[in-house]
Amino acid sequence: MNNSLTNTARLLGAGLGALLVLTLVTGVIYPLAVTGIAQGIFPGKANGSEIEADGKVVGSSLIGQSYDLPLKEGQETPEPDLKWFQGRPADGLGTNSVNTRYQLILSGATNRSADNKDLIDRVTAAKAAVVKDNSTADYKVRPRDVPADAVTSSGSGLDPDISPQYADIQVHRIAERNGLSVARVQQLVDEHTEGRTLGFLGEPRVNVLELNIALKDLAAKG
Amino acid sequence: MGPVLAGVLQLLALITALALAHVPLGTYMARVYSCDRHWRVEKWIYKGIGADPDTQMRWPAYLRGVLAFSAVGVLFLYLLQRLQGHLPGSLGFRAIDPDQAFNTAASFVTNTNWQSYYGEQTMGHVVQTAGLAVQNFVSAAVGIAVAVALVRGFARSRTGELGNFWSDLVRGTVRILLPLALVAAIVLVACGAVQNFSGIHEVGQFMGGSQQWNGGAVASQEAIKELGTNGGGYFNANSAHPFENPTPFTNIFEIFLLLVIPLALTRTFGLMVGSVRQGYAILATMATIWVGFTALMMWTEFAHHGPALELAGGAYEGKEVRFGVGSSSIFAVATTLTSTGAVDSFHSSFTGLGGGITMLGMMLGEIAPGGTGSGLYGMLIMAVIAVFIAGLMVGRTPEYLGKKIGTREIKFAACYILITPALVVVLTAAAMALPTPGDSMTNSGAHGFSEILYAYTSASNNNGSAFAGLNADTQWFNSSLGVAMLLGRFLPMVFVLAMAGSLAEQRPVPATAGTLRTEKPLFTGLLVGAILIITGLTYFPALALGPLAEGLAS
Repeated sequence: MNNSLTNTARLLGAGLGALLVLTLVTGVIYPLAVTGIAQGIFPGKANGSEIEADGKVVGSSLIGQSYDLPLKEGQETPEPDLKWFQGRPADGLGTNSVNTRYQLILSGATNRSADNKDLIDRVTAAKAAVVKDNSTADYKVRPRDVPADAVTSSGSGLDPDISPQYADIQVHRIAERNGLSVARVQQLVDEHTEGRTLGFLGEPRVNVLELNIALKDLAAKG
Repeated sequence: MGPVLAGVLQLLALITALALAHVPLGTYMARVYSCDRHWRVEKWIYKGIGADPDTQMRWPAYLRGVLAFSAVGVLFLYLLQRLQGHLPGSLGFRAIDPDQAFNTAASFVTNTNWQSYYGEQTMGHVVQTAGLAVQNFVSAAVGIAVAVALVRGFARSRTGELGNFWSDLVRGTVRILLPLALVAAIVLVACGAVQNFSGIHEVGQFMGGSQQWNGGAVASQEAIKELGTNGGGYFNANSAHPFENPTPFTNIFEIFLLLVIPLALTRTFGLMVGSVRQGYAILATMATIWVGFTALMMWTEFAHHGPALELAGGAYEGKEVRFGVGSSSIFAVATTLTSTGAVDSFHSSFTGLGGGITMLGMMLGEIAPGGTGSGLYGMLIMAVIAVFIAGLMVGRTPEYLGKKIGTREIKFAACYILITPALVVVLTAAAMALPTPGDSMTNSGAHGFSEILYAYTSASNNNGSAFAGLNADTQWFNSSLGVAMLLGRFLPMVFVLAMAGSLAEQRPVPATAGTLRTEKPLFTGLLVGAILIITGLTYFPALALGPLAEGLAS
């Protein structure tokens, strides 16, 4: 009995020793080595691919943000600022519920199923809004022109991109609200459309923040 | 080019990359586990452990090593989370509650990486990097060690010796996982994954104001998370988060990482048992199921049946634009057919049948190609069952790789394949029968049931992905899923090692004209059939209530 207790203790001791040594190797040396190399060679990327405009940081090219009007009195959800290109809905984003002295954005999806009533309502409302917001006096958006990414929330809630189709149907509205020609805005969208990587990886996309920064420049120049 | 063609091309590119890596990596791993010499750094580590790496272990000793190391791992990770409030470098995040800390400790030590917490608001740098990421390495190395022990059981004769657990653990970590993870992490940073220790970032916004986000050692953790088929995300959105998976290329690269070791282990197996063709037969079985499932997934996701998806005009809910439907479908199948559970899109919002495919992938026992190590030993257990079925048909004593499959081996194999279904079905039934667990569902009807069935399937098979609408941070789910993960990991290992010990003691049976040729396509066909039929019969009733009901209604 005594003997088997000693053996168990010795075995657990070996386990602890192994864990501590491997923690040093894989939990301290490895991440520090990667951080050192990353900060040395790719500091911009390792720190979140931040973008500057007019000398100040306006976000990360990888993280989607909202382009809304300031919240009015009595409003719960802000209205989109239609002067700017709009990104995808982000109904799955959360706010932090623990360690609340920070105001971290919590990435996430809605996790609503395809037959979920709430999701059906959200898609219906989003589609109607996209049609209404993007139709101008001489350009009518038809419901079937609205691509799926315009009315669905992404997996992270932080999708920085929209499909070129969604950018295209916003062009007339953007031109009108910024006093620019449709052709010039369309050209801007085309310049910011990124095709599939190597021609076949992923899907074509437009980075909304980069597009809006370019739009701001263009509008300022008139 | 249309999205369907692009999806198919991505799958073909992935297959090519995996095929190119197969031979060199498989050969290298066989050498790692067969070589007599120790690296100097390994000798230092053995000194720290206080174990002699050259002592041969019989199966009970090997198992005791696995269990002792894992028990210490659970305890250490539990304490690290409980003490987080006092740890320096933890951003001032508070301690994790006991039930969630138990669940998370069990989850990462068992290679499951089920997460009932939101990474970005809960876990500070120290717990993520020195706790969770360490288990990403060592739980994967334990899985490979057990698989190698079973392979040695087939390869060796008239001995009970299966190798040395400490040596297998250390070599798997130092010689295989660490160098590959280092390279992969650098590639990920080069594409935009973040890697810093600067804490909470306050970042200005285009419309004014600022946003706060949590940085950290993300790329280094992401690399081993995929490579070790772990799956626990730094952020809540896992590999859908742009800081974990920034571009279409990183998406395919991450899928490559999570498949490459389990697939290459089939060559390691072939070399160690002295016939690479036996390895190819196992590889062909895995590849057939994997490609078949991926094709089905692409078909159902591109067809996007289901009211909300039809209304939207595509299955984009829970998917990122940069990946699209094709690449997301490939990821979803790869992650659920391995024990990874990382997600680049949210399975709960897939079509009804698409969600069913992810569940069925896990229910197969995660063997096509499965987790690092656990996939190979799971598949070899199924091969033993398939050989047994073939033996019954022709009335011969079944043999596999020159070893008789007798009563003992079949008992071990039968126990192995009964454990996870028993856990899944009993615990799902308990959760449905109890009054409160149902309150955690986000969706109602068939999909609500699927959320709970998915949770227990994922935990018991050590996958870790979820129909994440389920609020799993309750005492019931934290405890019951934690127990399911521990039993689903370590009970099967007991039977695998017991079988390995029994096989290693046998003398080899010479092959005769009547021996079933297990390196031939006929056997691959038999094995695929056995896997699908056994899983189908086990889970059909449960699947019919959940994803099949949802998928056929739309």
